[in-house]
Amino acid sequence: MTNLTSLTIRQALDGLKKKDFTATELTEAHIKASEAARHLNCYITETFDHARKQAKESDARYASGRAGLLDGVPIAMKDLYCTEGIQTTAASKILEGFKPPYESTVSGNMFRDGAVMLGKANLDEFAMGSSNTTSAYGNVINPWRSEAEPDKQLVPGGSSGGSAAAVAARIAMGATGTDTGGSIRQPAAFCGITGIKPTYGRCSRFGIIAFASSLDQAGPFARTVEDCALLLQSMAGYDPKDSTSVDRPVPEYFKAVGQSVKGLKVGVPKEYRVEGANPEILALWDKGVAMMKDAGAEIVDVSLPHTKYALQTYYVIAPAECSSNLARYDGVRFGLRENTDNGNLNDMYEATRNAGFGKEVKRRILIGTYVLSAGYYDAYYNKARRVRKLIWQDFINAYQKCDVLLTPTAPTPAFAIGENTADPVTMYLNDIFTIPASMAGMPGMSLPVGLSADGLPLGLQLLGKPFEEETVFKAAGALEKAANFTALPQSLMDKAA
Amino acid sequence: MAHALLKGETGDWEMVIGLEVHAQILTKSKLFSGASAAFGAAPNTQVSPIDAGFPGMLPVINELCIEKAVRTGLGLNAKINLYSVFERKNYFYADLPQGYQISQYQHPIVGEGEIEIDLPDGTTKIIGIERLHVEQDAGKSLHDQHPSKSYVDLNRSGNPLMEIVSKPHMNSAEEAAAYVTKLRAIVRYLDTCDGNMDEGSMRCDVNVSVRKPGDALGTRCEIKNVNSVRFVQQAIEYEARRQIEVIEGGGTIKQETRLFDTKNGTTRAMRSKEDAHDYRYFPDPDLLPLKLEQSFVDDIRKTLPELPDAKKKRFIALGLSNYDASVLTAEKDRAAFYEKVANNNDAKLAANWVTTELAGALNKAGKELHDSPVSAEQLGGLLKLISDNTISGKIAKDVFADMFESGKDAAAIVAEKGLKQVTDTGAIEKIVDEVLAENPDKIAEYKSGKDKLFGFFVGQVLKKSGGKANPAIVNDLLKKKL
Repeated sequence: MTNLTSLTIRQALDGLKKKDFTATELTEAHIKASEAARHLNCYITETFDHARKQAKESDARYASGRAGLLDGVPIAMKDLYCTEGIQTTAASKILEGFKPPYESTVSGNMFRDGAVMLGKANLDEFAMGSSNTTSAYGNVINPWRSEAEPDKQLVPGGSSGGSAAAVAARIAMGATGTDTGGSIRQPAAFCGITGIKPTYGRCSRFGIIAFASSLDQAGPFARTVEDCALLLQSMAGYDPKDSTSVDRPVPEYFKAVGQSVKGLKVGVPKEYRVEGANPEILALWDKGVAMMKDAGAEIVDVSLPHTKYALQTYYVIAPAECSSNLARYDGVRFGLRENTDNGNLNDMYEATRNAGFGKEVKRRILIGTYVLSAGYYDAYYNKARRVRKLIWQDFINAYQKCDVLLTPTAPTPAFAIGENTADPVTMYLNDIFTIPASMAGMPGMSLPVGLSADGLPLGLQLLGKPFEEETVFKAAGALEKAANFTALPQSLMDKAA
Repeated sequence: MAHALLKGETGDWEMVIGLEVHAQILTKSKLFSGASAAFGAAPNTQVSPIDAGFPGMLPVINELCIEKAVRTGLGLNAKINLYSVFERKNYFYADLPQGYQISQYQHPIVGEGEIEIDLPDGTTKIIGIERLHVEQDAGKSLHDQHPSKSYVDLNRSGNPLMEIVSKPHMNSAEEAAAYVTKLRAIVRYLDTCDGNMDEGSMRCDVNVSVRKPGDALGTRCEIKNVNSVRFVQQAIEYEARRQIEVIEGGGTIKQETRLFDTKNGTTRAMRSKEDAHDYRYFPDPDLLPLKLEQSFVDDIRKTLPELPDAKKKRFIALGLSNYDASVLTAEKDRAAFYEKVANNNDAKLAANWVTTELAGALNKAGKELHDSPVSAEQLGGLLKLISDNTISGKIAKDVFADMFESGKDAAAIVAEKGLKQVTDTGAIEKIVDEVLAENPDKIAEYKSGKDKLFGFFVGQVLKKSGGKANPAIVNDLLKKKL
């Protein structure tokens, strides 16, 4: 039997259909790999028994010829997705032990299609962070290591760090993430895998714990573009329970992968060539542009003039929404409660939220409360909303000239755990290339295109028009083929050796 | 009505009153969830994870609530805003599960309108409506269930409310009472709120300030959650007096929120403006701006019922007094009852019977119109027997008493008891002759000028006929014979 954990989802589905192996065997292989990779801390909650049960049911469906789109595929579920009866923490102490009495729409869609859940993946607390170091359940370790400093543990990126690391470490075939300002694309780039944030409104947010509601969007991780397409097809769709989800049919995205990009107009926004940028990243970007050109695409120079305001705007809007979204964690109805002796309600709130929230979450609640306060509202929140419109308009204008945009995903490769933590702004800069598309609600995908001099994966980002994920998949398929990224994380190489 | 001024030590004072009325929209389910919005269930039995503010839960607008808000706006002759926005009003409290209330702030669904109020002296006054917006209710904190703990009941959490804000156009407690009464009648006519203040489905926040006539507006105080028309009046009267005393005593009024104590009819400070929350309103990102089609509004307009003012005008045109028309239209059910009674009957006769005989009997029996033992159709049947001379008005009262007791139809009682009026002139003439023959002395007195004795003869004849003789024929015959 082939090494089951090295298969792509497409290969696994074919193998299951052909009865080369069973869903149970596939799941057991991933459970075994997960157990061997526990030091990476990818899961907050392992749900192996649950996975075994789901795999058994999947085998029954294969036996009776009723298998679904993802039947028997073992995945990791970001612990921001509420899963019925299974602890859901958002990587926060304040939700420790919380078992939702409901299933998120997206996880429900995947289970409907036969996906098997191995565990609830670690993340930055409430998805706030770019390195998975703000989790109350410990940081996640990137399976990749720098050749220059092989002893240094690197971050997997964030916030969906556990999901990305699990897929890169071959302990899950795919994973769910959420992306508010880059939380799928940046960890995908850091971990050398692919990830897509679809258009805002493409996936339901129902049952996904909110960080910034106008930005949060679900999306998948996988090791190939086609696998991402399969996962997204299952996840996406209109949900009457989410008023911001959009009612339009879900295409069979995988059919776009492999289509020719001849004549496709690929925009290269000049504003992403920021001063002092990492030369390796710029070189990779140039390489990517050349690859697209070679594949038959037409390269177009475009301008997104308000890009430089995106980060600041994001750090007004996202904290504003978060300060309100996180008000419900008050110790009254669920999760942590710190009782005080005096019976004073406000003191209970303070004690509970002080003990339950980590530093980064508190920082963002404070920022958000401040920017919405009387006297500051117009200067910050209202201005940010106006700028956000301009950023959106930038994209609309650019898309008059091109079909997709090609940019770097992150300004650097994965950095060491503990780096970039002294000044929060340095950490925030990680999302400089991913945030504009988030602000505009546009779909964006990251895929690995090359390695840094130190042997770390580097990703490029393809951004598309609203609800034109198919075009993104088509372009990503071409880039994937040209880049032919086959490198494996060192930890896996060690094992193989 | 003349401007009601309050006398103070330093002269006359004028009250300025504005009301914010919270009216629960009459729907089966809540504003943003499918949980029941019914009143009176056991605590925390009508709560969905959405109403309890659970992680990842999202609101979805109940379309019927929007329809009813628009309907109410149309009933208030108000501008309907085709674009409105739900915003979050952020504050912490144990009975506010999300940590914010979803409400409308800068862009309410209904803009300016007006209603006409009926004052006790028979005059009317136009009161401006500032706006109507839709919002969700909070839960209920119970502080009296345990010596050291508070309990929270979330049944009410997420119930749909309309907040109807008046302009500060009222100048007396009576006007405020008339406003609440009229508003309640309108929403009941529209079927958009049941108006039951004792169940909390209508609650008032009362803004009161005082000033010397002609002066600029004084500082106002807001009295929260006043739950009956009577309390609204009491609260205003107390609060205006209090403010005058403070000012005349050399003090100033602080803008603050006050509570009305129903036990002693006073108000007391709850929190001052300095302690006021900064609600940090911002558009709820979970809900897109609400955009209505003009055709949606037009379709609702087509289904509007006749409202109390229009109905009152029509009743007056039918010959009813202003008073009767006001009384009959004040309540939707009463108006509907009256219209059934008046169907094919004399309008004024029907009004009299509904407002006096029936109202009196119900009052005496401690019953409400909706459990009246005599139905509108039955009462209409009785009036028909009067109109077609089957029975006299006097007999009708006896028949009515029987109907009220037994629930039988008027015709059945008349037939059973043989109460059909005698209109046979020959038969009546016989009785007249008998009466005249029995009272020769009275005839002499009558003829010598004691006109009043005519009534005596009529009475005697009617008595002898067992009340059944047609009074008009009796009159005619007596006049002829005397």
